Amino acid sequence: MLTRRIIPCLDIHNRKVTKGVKFQNNIELGDPVEMAARYYEDGCDELVFYDITASAERRPIDIDMVREVAHAVRIPFAVGGGIAGLPDMERVLLAGAEKISVNSLAVKNPQIINEGSRAFGAQCIVLGMDPLAVPDDPRFPSGYEITVRGFREHTGMDAIEWARKAVDLGVGEIVVNSVDADGTRAGFSIPLTRLIADAVPVPVVASGGAGNSQHLVDVFEQAHADAAIIAGMIHTGDYTVSGIKQELVQAGIPIRQHW
Amino acid sequence: MIAIIDYKAGNLTSVKLAFEALGANTSITSDPDVIRRAERVVFPGVGAAAAAMQNLIELGLIPIIKQTILNQIPFLGICLGTQIILDHSEEDGGVHTLGLIPGNVIRFQPQNPRDKVPHMGWNRIQKTQDHPLLANIPDQSEFYFVHSYYPTPHSRGNSFAETSYAGATFSAALGHNNIFATQFHPEKSGRIGLQLLENFLQWNPQGSS
Repeated sequence: MLTRRIIPCLDIHNRKVTKGVKFQNNIELGDPVEMAARYYEDGCDELVFYDITASAERRPIDIDMVREVAHAVRIPFAVGGGIAGLPDMERVLLAGAEKISVNSLAVKNPQIINEGSRAFGAQCIVLGMDPLAVPDDPRFPSGYEITVRGFREHTGMDAIEWARKAVDLGVGEIVVNSVDADGTRAGFSIPLTRLIADAVPVPVVASGGAGNSQHLVDVFEQAHADAAIIAGMIHTGDYTVSGIKQELVQAGIPIRQHW
Repeated sequence: MIAIIDYKAGNLTSVKLAFEALGANTSITSDPDVIRRAERVVFPGVGAAAAAMQNLIELGLIPIIKQTILNQIPFLGICLGTQIILDHSEEDGGVHTLGLIPGNVIRFQPQNPRDKVPHMGWNRIQKTQDHPLLANIPDQSEFYFVHSYYPTPHSRGNSFAETSYAGATFSAALGHNNIFATQFHPEKSGRIGLQLLENFLQWNPQGSS
C-alpha cells in the first residue's frame, strides 16, 4: 500500500532555516543542511526547501545549498523560490533535487509548467499555491482566491480553476498551502485541502497549520491528502518525525516504517 | 568503474551521488568504449519509453547493452531502464523495447479516483524469491516509486518482489542471470535503498547462480 508522506519544510533566509507566521516575524532556527540530515535520519519521507526571500528580492536560488543537501540525504527533495525559468530548473535538478516547486512564476507565466513538464517530466514539476478563504465572493466559486508573493498580492484567480488548469498544463503534484492556517499550528485547512484533492488527478500535499500528530491524521483521513508538510512543530523540538510517524501508525495511517 | 548509462532519459545526479556515498567510482556516460570497460553497468532513466528507445538507437547503445548482458557484467536497471529491458511498452501508443527479459509494460488503470497516477511515493515490496540484491532488506520494506506504467514479466521466475497499487500487483524487482532491475528508485530510497546498491556492488552473478 502506498504510504502517506511526511515532508518537513525548511524556509531559508540568508542560508538559515527560519520560521515566521504568515511570512512575518521570521526567527532563525539553524543550518538547512544539518537540519535536513537530522530529519532524514529520523525518517522523513521527503523534504522541501523554499528560498522565502528569493522571490521578493529577485535573487537567484542558492545552488550550492541544493548540492550540499543532495550529498547529505538519500530521499527526494523539492526546491522552490527564486526559479526564474527553465535554466534555473535544470540547474536545480542537476544539483540533485528531485522536484521544482513553482508558485508566483506559474501564476505570472502558466506556460512555464508546460515547458518544465515537457523538458524534465511532470513528476519534477510541483505547483505551490497559497489560497485565501474568500467566502461568499461570487468571483471565486470554490471560496478560495490564489495569492502570491508571500500572500502579499491577490491574483483574482479561483483556487480550483487554477489547480485544474495547472494539471492540464502538466504539473505532477500540487502543494496546497492555506494562507489562513499557515503558521498557526492549529491544524490544516481540511475543507480547502479536500476541495483540491478531490478536484485533481495528481497527488496533493497539505500545507500550513500542522501543530500536532492528530492534525496529520485528520488531513489524511478527512481531506484525502497524499502527503503533509510539517514545519514549526518539529523545528522547535516539540515533536520529532519518528514520534509523529509512530502516532500515525497507531492511528492506522499507512506510513513508511523502515529507514 | 561503474558506468551509469546516459541516454538523455532524465536526471542521473542522484544515482551518481548514491553510489559515491558507498565509495564507488562512477562515470555517467554514453560512450560505448567506457561502457565496454566497466565492471558494472547501471541503466537508469525517467521519462517516456519511445523517446528513450529513440535515444538509445541514435546513440548506438543497443549493441553494447546486449553485449554487456552476454558478457555477464552485473547490470542494474532502474525505473524506465527496467521497463525498456522488457519486450514491449504500452506507452506512446506502443513501443518495442529491448527484449532482454520476456514481458510487457502496461499502464495503471485505477478504478478508484483516489488512486492517483503517477504512482508516486513510498510503497512496500513483498519478496517473492530470494536474490543477492535483496539481502539484508526486510520484507515489506518501503521504496520510492514514481511511474505511470508497470512491468509484467511473462515468467514469475523473473520476478523477485511485488508491490500493489491502484488495483494492480506488479513486479517491483525483476531479474535474469546478470540482470537485476527495479521499478522503484533505490538511489532515492534512504538507507534501505543504499543497502540494495551496496548488494549490487558486491554481486557476482556468475558465482551466485
